[in-house]
Amino acid sequence: MRVLANIFWLGTKELRSFFQDYVLLGLVVWAFSLAVLAQAQSSSQELHNASVGYLDEDMSPLSRQFIAGLTPPYFKPPEPVAERDINHLMDTGRYTFVVTIPPHFERDVLAGRHPDAQLAIDATAMMQAGIGANYFQQIFSAELHKYLSRNDGAFLLPSQGIAASPVTLSVRIAFNPNVTTSWFTSIMGIINQVTMLAIILAGAAVVREREHGTMDHLLVMPVTPLEIAASKVWANGLVITVAVGLSLAIVVRQLLGVPVAGSVTLFMAGVALYLFFATAIGIFLATIARTMPQLGLLYLLVAVPMNLLSGANTPIESMPSPLRVIMSASPSTHFVSFAQAILYRGAGIDVVWPKFLAVALIGAGFFVLALRRFRQVAAAQAG
Amino acid sequence: MRLTEAIAARAEPVAALRDVTLRYGARLALNDVSCVIPAGCMVGLIGPDGVGKSSLLALISGARKIQVGAVQVLGGDIGSRHHRDAVCPRVAYMPQGLGKNLYPDLSVRENIAFFGRLFGLNRRERDGRIADLLESTGLDPFPERPAAKLSGGMRQKLGLCCALIHDPDLLILDEPTTGVDPLSRRQFWQLIGRMRQDRPGMSVVVATAYMEEAEQFDWLVAMDGGRILATGSPAELKARTGSATLEDSFIALLPDERRQGRQPFTILPRQGGGGEPVIVARELTRQFGDFTAVDHVNFEIERGEIFGFLGSNGCGKTTTMKMLTGLLPASSGQALLFGRLADASDVEGRRRVGYMSQAFSLYTELTVAQNLDLHARLFHIARDKAQRRIDFLVERFGLRDHLRQRSGDLPLGIRQRLSLAVAVVHEPDLLILDEPTSGVDPLARDEFWRLLFDLSRHQGVTIFVSTHFMNEAARCDRIALMDAGRVLANGSPASLVAARHAPDLESAFVGYLEEAAAARQPSPSGAAAQADLRPASSTAVTRRPPLAWFSPRRLLAYAIREGLELLRDPIRLGFALFGTAFLMLVVGAGISTDVNNLTFAALDRDNSVESRAYLKELRGSPYFVEKPPLATEAEANQRLQSADIQAAIEIPPDFGRNLKKGLATEVGVWIDGAMPFRAETMRGYLLGVHQQFLGDLAARAGQSAAAPANLQARFKYNQDFDSIYAIVPGTMALQLILFPAILMALAIVREKELGSITNLYVTPVNRVEFLIGKQLPYVAASMVNFLVLTLIATLVFQVPLKGSAFALALGALIYAVTATGYGMLISSFCKTQIAALFAAAILTMLPASQFSGMLTPVSSLTGAGAVMGRAFPMSYFLPITVGTFTKGLDLADLYKYHLSLLAFIPIFTMLSLLFLRKQER
Repeated sequence: MRVLANIFWLGTKELRSFFQDYVLLGLVVWAFSLAVLAQAQSSSQELHNASVGYLDEDMSPLSRQFIAGLTPPYFKPPEPVAERDINHLMDTGRYTFVVTIPPHFERDVLAGRHPDAQLAIDATAMMQAGIGANYFQQIFSAELHKYLSRNDGAFLLPSQGIAASPVTLSVRIAFNPNVTTSWFTSIMGIINQVTMLAIILAGAAVVREREHGTMDHLLVMPVTPLEIAASKVWANGLVITVAVGLSLAIVVRQLLGVPVAGSVTLFMAGVALYLFFATAIGIFLATIARTMPQLGLLYLLVAVPMNLLSGANTPIESMPSPLRVIMSASPSTHFVSFAQAILYRGAGIDVVWPKFLAVALIGAGFFVLALRRFRQVAAAQAG
Repeated sequence: MRLTEAIAARAEPVAALRDVTLRYGARLALNDVSCVIPAGCMVGLIGPDGVGKSSLLALISGARKIQVGAVQVLGGDIGSRHHRDAVCPRVAYMPQGLGKNLYPDLSVRENIAFFGRLFGLNRRERDGRIADLLESTGLDPFPERPAAKLSGGMRQKLGLCCALIHDPDLLILDEPTTGVDPLSRRQFWQLIGRMRQDRPGMSVVVATAYMEEAEQFDWLVAMDGGRILATGSPAELKARTGSATLEDSFIALLPDERRQGRQPFTILPRQGGGGEPVIVARELTRQFGDFTAVDHVNFEIERGEIFGFLGSNGCGKTTTMKMLTGLLPASSGQALLFGRLADASDVEGRRRVGYMSQAFSLYTELTVAQNLDLHARLFHIARDKAQRRIDFLVERFGLRDHLRQRSGDLPLGIRQRLSLAVAVVHEPDLLILDEPTSGVDPLARDEFWRLLFDLSRHQGVTIFVSTHFMNEAARCDRIALMDAGRVLANGSPASLVAARHAPDLESAFVGYLEEAAAARQPSPSGAAAQADLRPASSTAVTRRPPLAWFSPRRLLAYAIREGLELLRDPIRLGFALFGTAFLMLVVGAGISTDVNNLTFAALDRDNSVESRAYLKELRGSPYFVEKPPLATEAEANQRLQSADIQAAIEIPPDFGRNLKKGLATEVGVWIDGAMPFRAETMRGYLLGVHQQFLGDLAARAGQSAAAPANLQARFKYNQDFDSIYAIVPGTMALQLILFPAILMALAIVREKELGSITNLYVTPVNRVEFLIGKQLPYVAASMVNFLVLTLIATLVFQVPLKGSAFALALGALIYAVTATGYGMLISSFCKTQIAALFAAAILTMLPASQFSGMLTPVSSLTGAGAVMGRAFPMSYFLPITVGTFTKGLDLADLYKYHLSLLAFIPIFTMLSLLFLRKQER
């Protein structure tokens, strides 16, 4: 009882201090509003405004029809290029795609000579290159199909296979039918900010006490390091939980219009659980760093990999398997995974409980570790 | 007054202020101050903290910009830039705070050499001058010791060496001896005295809080509340107020309302005594590494006694107190509190102790009432009792008018009373106070001591207090003199004075200190105190009045210093050299936009030869991994939900039969769309597999599988379309701007935060030299990083450098200058290091990841994004790394990017210069 009262009252002090620290307050507001919006509106994970150059040596209705099929928002209006410039233009990144249609292309198609058109792709444009190649293929066969069926199929041999193929593949995208990127990037943005701010806020709360000399003061009062650490966990955790809730309700659902499939309550419970771990890391790092700048540098080295490799940015199954094993020890991975399950796929507690358990166990382990280190440092912090 | 006029008439004044007013925001620091400071003598500014002494000195030195009024220094207007540049080499300024303008990581010699370079001394002059100064200050035995490891007194001597390296005509010292032990203080003034004998023309202006010191000065300016109370020689001031001591005359000079209710301080004698000991220290020792902070200390403190601990900063007072509170375990020996071992885990014991640490440890963000309330709650005082206690304390400590104020906004004296109130909220039996009165004016100090006596004499509280003020020590029942971790003597003040046959406590302490120093070694400092300055002419600086606008030596001074500091800060150095490598390895190994290892499960409702053939096609794909088959649609849904599978394939009943009959049939696929990029890629893969099945089907039927036309896609530069070839050069470009920008921004803001930026304000160094000098080490670090990253790219990730290594290295060099310039620019807007760190990280990461071509090609950007991309240097370096590594290009293909990068350098430098001030506002 006494312990809980101490934790509570120390926590209220944390909250008051936080609201007086305008740099951190500004950081929280920025991180959960503008930063999320900026990330949602970036088109880094989709084909958007890709630059296309073309060399049409055929100048036939078919070739023109194909090039006209490359439309916004996926492509910028294609621009004609001269053959001798192609290499240079691609070297300097002027065009990501250059399509070349050989002479007599239409005639060869109609004559059943199976001509080839060429598509050069700048493979260094990571995200666009792969998806773009698929779009090109689809547009190419669709336009070809349209063109040939308009021509009645009169010139077609059955072997040309364009006549309705016996099997069609119907692809349906579950949970995000139009494959809208902002659904993904906005929520993953929030998740990345949670890790970042939990570490910074909790770490700053410890370093601030030390820089102001109030840590000594606390330690000579009848409060234990456990109570001090726990008060920082709950107070800073609460700030972030509220910020996440607001960001999800206002920025993601209202401003960006992203639908949320599952239970927000369940997700918030998961956030609170995860924060237990993330704030513990903050406290841990603060026991290593002596000043705020050092905390910031350590944070960069710890949090950036934790975020980048959590699966919130690139698919986790593409990582080499040793790294995947290592990352499965990081609660950030489980956090991303259950957040995606709840918010996109509408999963319930029956589906996500193993992830919750993993976060809770690793989080508790880390809290104990941070607490031990905190005790040691608190005991020996004199210089 | 006659003497004043005599001095003033003797020579032109060294400085004259007319109607000077200075504000920091709403706070008035100097309120319409006018005075004439005579030349060629020792002038003291006296008054408590925060009355405007430092502001006045900063204005005279030219460190701070004049807001209102005029300040004449050395015969010219210090407000004019031209005059400032001209007299700057004749002025030396030592700001407040022990060694604030020194660099703690640099050695004694390096510190002095840095200032020598700033003042344009060549190597020979520097070496001669340094040898002289070290010898005369007694620092010669340890020229290689880092400034951080010097005692307070030695650090002040080093500060003096740095100030005197260029033979100034005007020496400005802001509280040079605060917190320094009396012996060092005495030596310091002897040193100044000898220097003045050698250079009789030199004027010295000193601010001090020690009234005893000020007695020795030629001429004084007494200040309070931003105004000058009086000027004149010490004798004049005392005569005018009819007081015996300067401290009394200062109090007499204060305006009436400040003195109201003041009674002369009287010591209440202690009744009885000889109670049982409350604190016992037995052979108490504490070591930090090989440094002994507290060395076999013994004492006993009785109940109800006021026990004083007297000593300089860093002599072990604080460490001893921390051991007594149990904050710090003792290395050996015992500390007993109430007869029990002091123990950090003894929560009950803490209820009987109140502690007030040096920093007035209050939560400055909380109001007075909140602070009191929080502490009452943490001690679990019953609510009604707590309320009564708080009411009582608020009344007794005079806090009623400030209840709702944030404690950070309170004046020092009131903050200190609050701090004491907080420490006694739980009615402790023992109070431990660590330098509770530093920086507080004499009136507030008396008031504070009255409270202490009240607690001790009337409530039986034992008080253990440390101080470096002699007159406070004299009020204690008993004191212990401490130096370098040892207790030199303890007893009542009167008995100590008597034991040394000294006139007063200070002399007694000095006597003990000299004895201890003599016992330690054939004392270097003692010898130095007698040593004479060599004839100044032997190495006196030949003055060269026309200072060059630009001096490579001054630039080098900053470059060398910054480089040394970086090399000696393990966290920053580690971050600068290995941070990039670490992140490169993580990102290179873990981030990939390749999509593979995709999981699928089949719901085969047909289970025919044909359906199995279809699934076999899928299993043959390198991208997919099959999971156990599905039984129902609900299961498919559930497994997609739990991310067990990422695609569910449904083959309808009669698939095989329909296929054979040539009837249309449809295979259904559900793809997990949670990650759109992965879903898109997966769709592409599935369509490819499907086409292949159709082709095989046609081939088996003996038909030609060929489509009427094909689009032959060719991935240029990277046939396998393996993302590592784009990610590694991209990450390299990102790291090489992120790290230099952060480090550079920190380096500049660090000087602002720690105060060494003063050296930019008051020495001849100009802003270009300052900025570029500081930039050079980080450009070098950046190039080391570049080498390391290139090696990691080629050796670890096997990404070969196909194009011109020269083009890449040249680009990296220009980029390093640009990136540090970007950090420089960011630092202009930041006041604290943490703000600089975040600003640099955010302002780099955002444009780097979104607008510079790393994920989305620059050619796809439109609108604001395109503008931001064009204005960010990485957009021009990325084509160079990707071009040389993956595209196999050389300088002829890329030189335009090099030129664009080059164009950033003057822009960033000019902007940074524009925002960096040569004077503090």
